[in-house]
Amino acid sequence: MALLEVRGVTSGYGQMEVLHDISLEVGSGEIVSIIGPNGAGKSTAMKAVFGLLKPWQGEIVFDGKQIGGLSPDRIVQLGLCFVPQVENVFPNLTVDENLDMGGYLVRGSLAARKQRIFDMFPRLAERRRQRAGKMSGGERQMVAMGRALMLEPRLLMLDEPSAGLAPLMVDVIFETIRTINDAGVAVLMVEQNARKSLELADRGYVLATGRNQLDGNGDELLDNPEVARLYLGG
Amino acid sequence: MTETPVNLQPRPIERIRTLMASRLGGVILLLMVFAIILIATLVKGVPTQQLVSLTVRGLMLGGIIALGAIGLTLISGVLKMANFAHGDFMSLGAYMALLAIALLPTGQPMGPFSFGPEFLAALLFAMLVVGFIAWLFDRFIYRRLRARRTMSVVIAMASLGVALLVRSLIYISWGGDFSFFYTGRARPATAELFMGIRVRPDQLFILGLAVVFIIMIWFVLERTRLGKAMRATADNPDLARISGINTDRVVMWTWFIGGALAGASGVMYGLDAQLRPEMGWFLLLPLFASVILGTLGNPYGALVGALVIGVAWQVSSAFLNPAYGPAVAFVVMIIVLLFRPQGLFGKAGS
Repeated sequence: MALLEVRGVTSGYGQMEVLHDISLEVGSGEIVSIIGPNGAGKSTAMKAVFGLLKPWQGEIVFDGKQIGGLSPDRIVQLGLCFVPQVENVFPNLTVDENLDMGGYLVRGSLAARKQRIFDMFPRLAERRRQRAGKMSGGERQMVAMGRALMLEPRLLMLDEPSAGLAPLMVDVIFETIRTINDAGVAVLMVEQNARKSLELADRGYVLATGRNQLDGNGDELLDNPEVARLYLGG
Repeated sequence: MTETPVNLQPRPIERIRTLMASRLGGVILLLMVFAIILIATLVKGVPTQQLVSLTVRGLMLGGIIALGAIGLTLISGVLKMANFAHGDFMSLGAYMALLAIALLPTGQPMGPFSFGPEFLAALLFAMLVVGFIAWLFDRFIYRRLRARRTMSVVIAMASLGVALLVRSLIYISWGGDFSFFYTGRARPATAELFMGIRVRPDQLFILGLAVVFIIMIWFVLERTRLGKAMRATADNPDLARISGINTDRVVMWTWFIGGALAGASGVMYGLDAQLRPEMGWFLLLPLFASVILGTLGNPYGALVGALVIGVAWQVSSAFLNPAYGPAVAFVVMIIVLLFRPQGLFGKAGS
């Protein structure tokens, strides 16, 4: 059984329907990538899964439990954490405090969990007393991912983790996603960088105008001439 | 062919403008404002002793304003709303303490102070009641408005309605006259500080209490789970929710703490002078001036803003009619905002 199952979800903002009958699955330990053009509803789909938008129709099941319409602070308790694309750190809090907030629901010491994050991102250990708002884009993305990993989720959702980063930093972030996944955490990500993310992913979904267009293994999609023409730049 | 030399250096006026927009510039501006006030007192021939004494009084008044302003700025940060009822929460606190003192047996004055031990119980009572009432107003008014995505201006107007409601209830219950916590007790200025400056022992108590509360606020905000969650929610409410923070509970505590601090501040203000139903309303403008001066949402900024405004208010009364005090507070705020629109503690461009 899949860890996360989205079945026939319709949702949107106000009166405007953005997602039309979206379905997708993430298995335990999988990396799944959602690609598609701007305005395809990729980020909206992530928000609907995470309770930031209410699904109007359809079901969202995580680990056998219905989570459609639950509030985000309930959803994280089930082992599903989310890194938004923008505004994904607390700018006036230090790196340390950002991680504390990631582990807000943990009763007891956070030291061991924090140490694991610092092992993964040694750069954050050096800057643990610095305010997150004063850091570079790449460092902020590390803080954001570290914050989301503090609860040791079973599924990590990343909205455009490489957006706006320098090429070198993009490689670091993708490398980190691989490391996180090797530790057994399933990853569902939305990416503009279609080629890189499909190379990394086990499976991918192509969304366009709020509908499922294609899905398949990462390699299949990379080889698909239509995907190549539309999203991989020839 | 003559070439016009191109001056790549920024013009002096622009360099001054850049300097003034920096944080150092903010400090320089404040120093200049105080220098002007100081010169004005010298021109008037105000004795140094009076000047120092007014500064001490200003710090005490600033401490009282700070407790209100810190609560106000926390509410602004976490809820993104202007609470126009904050001044009247202060009045309510003072009258709740008056009620408690009337009900409790009156003890002997403690040491040099004008009040007995029952006053401390009354202070605690006032803080708890105002904190609870602040939360009640949120639960039954503001939360409903937020749930309907009401514009923040409309919510601010609702808080103005709450302000009028609270003040009217005080008028109905206690009338419009002055009241004192301890009618008829003489409160001579017996405590000698330095340079022969004498203040009332009660005023030292108020200053000490303000310091204790400010340390407690610092501890809560920096060292406790709740305080960090409050700062996180003020920073980014959506991210706080997806981190698992129950923001409804954070909002509840923000109102309770903000209300309790306003209550304490009102009691202290009432102890220093007297109680009037509109006492807090008249402090609302200095409260907002402190909050804006110290950058909206920044509790330490509000503290500094309140001290600056308290001192400017008191010292300027040496050469101006004291009724202009709140106006002086606003002039200081406007001078700083002209150069640093984000307040003393904000980042440039934010």
